[in-house]
Amino acid sequence: MSARLARRDHRAAWFFLLPVIAAMLVVAVWPLGRTFFFAFTDAYLDDPSVYTMVGLANFLEVFNDPSWWLAVRNTLVFTVISVSIETVLGLAIALLINDAIPGRGLARAAILVPWAIPVVVATKIWEWMLNDQFGVINKVLIELGLIDHGVAWTASGSLIMGVVIFIDVWMTTPFMVLLILAGLQMLSHEIFEAAAVDGIPAWKRFWSITLPMLRPAIGVAVLFRSLDALRMFDLSYVLAGSNEKVMTVSIYARDRLISFQELGVGSAASTWVFLLVALVAIILIGALRLDKAAGH
Amino acid sequence: MMADLTLSRPLRRSSAHYRMRRRAFRALQVCALGLVLVYTLFPYYWAFVSSTKQGAALYRSVLLPALDFTYYRQLIDNPVFMGSLLNSAYVAVSTTCLSLIIGISAAYALGRIDFPQRRAVLMVILMISIFPQVVVLSGMFELINWLGLFNRPSALVLTYLLSTVPFTTWILTTFIREFPRELEEAAIVDGCSHLRILMKILLPLMGPSLASTGILAFILAWNEFLFALTFTLTDENRTVPVAIGLIAGTNRYEYPFGQIMAASVTVTLPLIAVVLIFQRRIVAGLTAGAVKG
Repeated sequence: MSARLARRDHRAAWFFLLPVIAAMLVVAVWPLGRTFFFAFTDAYLDDPSVYTMVGLANFLEVFNDPSWWLAVRNTLVFTVISVSIETVLGLAIALLINDAIPGRGLARAAILVPWAIPVVVATKIWEWMLNDQFGVINKVLIELGLIDHGVAWTASGSLIMGVVIFIDVWMTTPFMVLLILAGLQMLSHEIFEAAAVDGIPAWKRFWSITLPMLRPAIGVAVLFRSLDALRMFDLSYVLAGSNEKVMTVSIYARDRLISFQELGVGSAASTWVFLLVALVAIILIGALRLDKAAGH
Repeated sequence: MMADLTLSRPLRRSSAHYRMRRRAFRALQVCALGLVLVYTLFPYYWAFVSSTKQGAALYRSVLLPALDFTYYRQLIDNPVFMGSLLNSAYVAVSTTCLSLIIGISAAYALGRIDFPQRRAVLMVILMISIFPQVVVLSGMFELINWLGLFNRPSALVLTYLLSTVPFTTWILTTFIREFPRELEEAAIVDGCSHLRILMKILLPLMGPSLASTGILAFILAWNEFLFALTFTLTDENRTVPVAIGLIAGTNRYEYPFGQIMAASVTVTLPLIAVVLIFQRRIVAGLTAGAVKG
């Protein structure tokens, strides 16, 4: 009887999952499979039905392209630096507005603003503020006497990666703050009170109690942010087009695919992106698991 | 008694010292909070200020808005921009509705029914939500062409499901689990079907959860750039982010920053209004998936 009921439940479960399975087959599994398939062909975008199988030639072409490795380097530099800054800044802001200080409600609402603004809009706003002649940032820096003429933040090659990271930090630190704040609010107050009564100094309480207990929350936030940063496209694209100084792997793959119409090579590049992200995901998840195991 | 008296003087001094340190610390905190507020809000305020200045005033860094709404009037009179606003609204609303329907159905199965592959299904959905959009671009291009949707806003509704459906499924699953099981027990004993339980018992309670999930999906769809850039070709089919991204001046020195800022403020103002009104719900939605997942 109960086995029959259970079987009926299982069937009901798959019935309710039918729409999501259908949707994912159409927009995820099928296109992904076709991308992998095209990666082994010499097809062009204008007529994908004309192709011959070329084996691993496309993968090798991407692998031997210095621009690809530049894009990989840019993507990794961007991901590591921006996620690190976002984590530290996010933790600091979360700790600040977790305390009962005046204005914290306002701050909690305010941090949602950069998060809700479209990437394109945020990029345009900062591009304007960082404009070399008329930007407000240069004006303020000149007023303060820190520089004597405007810095070409977005035009010069050496500064532009810094600008991309800076804008990303502005947009996505709120996400970090929210996740870490949620983690903070789940901690029990008793431990902190006990430690305070025992006269343990504040920095030590932070280092030995808060931080270890926040580790799962920070870990999840870092994982999500890193995977998101690895696929970054719009920020670099809007700020600098296909400028090699900030070209990410997503921009490289789309360029080959759409601008050069090389369906085969573009698909191979996309497949490399997939492998790169999968590798980083496995490493990060492994690291998080190891931390958890060490904590127990 | 004696010990108490001798101890009381140094103790009082140290507590005054302690209080002063606390007050200094509090002042420092308030300053830091002010900095955070300026950091997060000033850029948007500056975009608004710049969008109301004309000509040479735009290049003078006066902190107060000039309140000249010429650029906004130009935007309203610009059929291409208004068209892209409509496209964005159509795409974002359709995507949100579809992904909520698909998501709630899946969330009921994943949150309420025990079946052996439950965890595996959840993991696959999570994996789909984290892989880069560029990876499916080739296959999606072929699919869109094959369906005859290229350069149509409907193409975007279809492709956006890739990121919004896993998202709504995941968040609604965590929300559905928070409802006590006792709610349905009587119905199960009475032999109610799962569909009836979902429609008659859970759905009426899920208004707030659906609202916060819907807002987040809407923001995802409204802000999307890569697919919108790739699958639409002509100006009248663009969404707003692409339209703004592609605004360019006649040359480097005539970059129309005033217009761009006006367009930026216009498309973000409704978003910010909604986010501030539903602040608590949005934070609940954003953190629900991550913290318990």
